[in-house]
Amino acid sequence: MKRYLLIAAAVSILALLPLFLVPVYYLHLLILVLIWSFIGTSWSLMGKFGIVSLGHGAFLGIGVYATTVLWNFQGLTPWIGIPIGIALALLLALLIGYPAFRFRVVGHYFALITLALGEVVRLSIIAARNITGGSLGMTPDRVQPPTDVSWYALQFSDKRYFYVIALLCWLGALLIWRWVNRSMTRPALEAISEDEVAAASMGIHVTSHKLRITLLSAGMTALGGILLGLYNQYLNPSSLSGISISLEIVFLSIVGGMYSMLGPTIGAIITIVFRESLRTYFGVSLAGMSESIYGLLLIVSIIFMPRGIYGAVETWLKREPPPSTSAGADPDPDPSS
Amino acid sequence: MLVVDSISKSFGGFLAVNRVSFEVQEGEILGLIGPNGSGKSTVFNLISGAHKVTGGSIRFEGRNITGLTPDKICHLGIARTFQIPRPFKKLSLLENVTLSAYFGDDALRSPEEARDRARKVLEIIGLPTDDRTEVTTLGAAGLKKLELARALSTQPRLLLADESLGGLDHQEMEQAADTLNHIRTELGITIVWVEHIMGVLMRVVDRVMVLDYGEKIAEGLPKEIANDPKVIEVYLGNQQALA
Ligand SMILES: Nc1ncnc2c1ncn2[C@@H]1O[C@H](COP(=O)(O)OP(=O)(O)O)[C@@H](O)[C@H]1O
Ligand SMILES: [Mg+2]
Repeated sequence: MKRYLLIAAAVSILALLPLFLVPVYYLHLLILVLIWSFIGTSWSLMGKFGIVSLGHGAFLGIGVYATTVLWNFQGLTPWIGIPIGIALALLLALLIGYPAFRFRVVGHYFALITLALGEVVRLSIIAARNITGGSLGMTPDRVQPPTDVSWYALQFSDKRYFYVIALLCWLGALLIWRWVNRSMTRPALEAISEDEVAAASMGIHVTSHKLRITLLSAGMTALGGILLGLYNQYLNPSSLSGISISLEIVFLSIVGGMYSMLGPTIGAIITIVFRESLRTYFGVSLAGMSESIYGLLLIVSIIFMPRGIYGAVETWLKREPPPSTSAGADPDPDPSS
Repeated sequence: MLVVDSISKSFGGFLAVNRVSFEVQEGEILGLIGPNGSGKSTVFNLISGAHKVTGGSIRFEGRNITGLTPDKICHLGIARTFQIPRPFKKLSLLENVTLSAYFGDDALRSPEEARDRARKVLEIIGLPTDDRTEVTTLGAAGLKKLELARALSTQPRLLLADESLGGLDHQEMEQAADTLNHIRTELGITIVWVEHIMGVLMRVVDRVMVLDYGEKIAEGLPKEIANDPKVIEVYLGNQQALA
C-alpha cells in the first residue's frame, strides 16, 4: 500500500513537471527516460522469467521502420502504420519463439538465437537501402502542408506532446506489469523458469505461456521503437536494431533490476543520466570513455546487486524489522542492557 | 482403465523399457516394483508423456494417448509424482498446489477456486495450509507429500505415484502407504505405485507387477509375487528389499 502511494506521488510530480518551466534539454532527457523505461519494462516482462532475449533490437527496429516506410512511401498515417509495425514484430516473435519454445531451446541457447535475430534485422534494414536509406538512416517526411501540431502524422514541434504520449505509454507498461504479476501467468512462468518438465506434468502448456509473454514483450518493444522514431524524427539501423542496442536494453534492465516493476525505470534513469553527464564531462575528445565507465558500472552492479539497484533497495527495505520495534508491547524488553 | 501395449523406450540404443504390457483396472492400486534402474520411472515418464515412446501404445479410458503432450495427458485425468521431488522453490507451498489445481483441472476457472482446492488437498495430505510456508522449509517427507498434493489437486482419475520411500523412516513409510490407501478408498482414485522396496507396498496394493532390466518378469497378487522364484532371484542378495 505504502509502495503504491509512493508510486502515485512520483507519477503526479512527473506528470506536473512539464507544465512548469522545464528547460527543453531536461524535458528531452525526461522523454528519453520514459521511452527507455517503457522498452526496459517490456523486455523485463520476459527477462524476469528467465527468458532472456538478446535480440529485442529486432522488434524495436522492425516496428519503427515499417511505420516510417509506410508513411514515406504510401502516405499511410502512423495510426495505421503503428498496428502494422507491431503486427510485423509479433510475426517475427512468433517465427523465432514458436520453434524455439516448442523444441525446448532454453537459457544460453535461446539468448544466442535471439542475439543473431537483432543483427539479421539490422543487416536487412541496411540491405533495403532503397527504402530505408541504409546505414545512413532515414527521416520521416514532414507532413504536408507543414504544421506545428499534426495528430495525423504524429509530428509535433512541441516536445510536451511527446512527453505526455511517452508518459502514458510508460504508465501503460507498468499497468501491464502489474496485471501479469497478479494473474496466474506469473506463477506459471515462475514454475516454467524453474522446471519445464514438472510444470508441463501439472497441465501447464509451457510453449503457449512462453510464447504469449514473448509476444507481449515484443509488441510493446516495437511500440517503444516507434515512439523513439516519432520523437527523434530520425531512424538509424544501429541505434534501432542490431546487437549493441539489444544489449543496451538488457543492460539497463539488469542495472535497474528486472524483477521489480520500477527496476527498469530506475535503470533507464541511471543509464541516461550517466551517459549524458559523462558525455558532457569527457566531451568528444574522450568519446569512448563514457561507454567504458558505463560498462564498468554494469559489471560492478551485476556482481554486487544481482537483483539490480532497485532490487537491492527493495530487499533492504523489506529486511526483517529490528526487534526494538516490538518493544512497546513488551513491558521489560531487555533488563540487562 | 489404462491399457499399456508393448511399450519400449531406448535411450541412444540402451533399452530402458522393453515391450512392457499391462492393464490397470479402475479402483485398484497396482504396485510396480523392481530393482533400481529396472525402468519403473521410465514407464511413468512414458505414460505421462514426459518421454516419447520408442514403440508400443498407451490407451486411457478407451482413448489413445500415445504421443500426447504431458499437459494434455494431465487434463485427461492422469497425474504423476516425481521420484525425486521437483518443487517450485520460487513459489510458496500453497502457490505450488494452487498452480497445479488451476492449470491441471480444466473445470477450475478462477484462482480462488484453485486456492480453495489446494487448501483442501494440503489438509488431506497433511501439510500446512497457510500462505506463508515456503517449500524450502520442507524436509524429505514433506517434499514427497507436496508431490502428492500437486498431483491430487489436478483432480486425476489415475495417479502415478513414483514414491520410492527410500529416504523416509519406518513411520513415515507407513504413513505414506496409509495416505495412498486413503486416496484410493476415500477419493476413488486409481493408483499405480512405484517402489523398489517391497515391504510396505505389499500391505496396500491389490496387484503387483515386477520389472527387471526393462522387462516385465512377473505379475500377480502380492502373495504370489512374494513367493515367485524369479522375483526372489531378482531380489536375492538384497535382503532389505524383501523385508
Ligand atoms: N533420460 C534418460 N537418459 C538416459 N538414460 C536414462 C534416462 N532415464 C532413465 N535412463 C536409464 O534407464 C534405466 C531405467 O531408469 P529408471 O526408469 O529411472 O529406473 P527405476 O525408476 O526403475 O529405478 C536406467 O538405467 C537409467 O540410467
Ligand atoms: Mg525410479
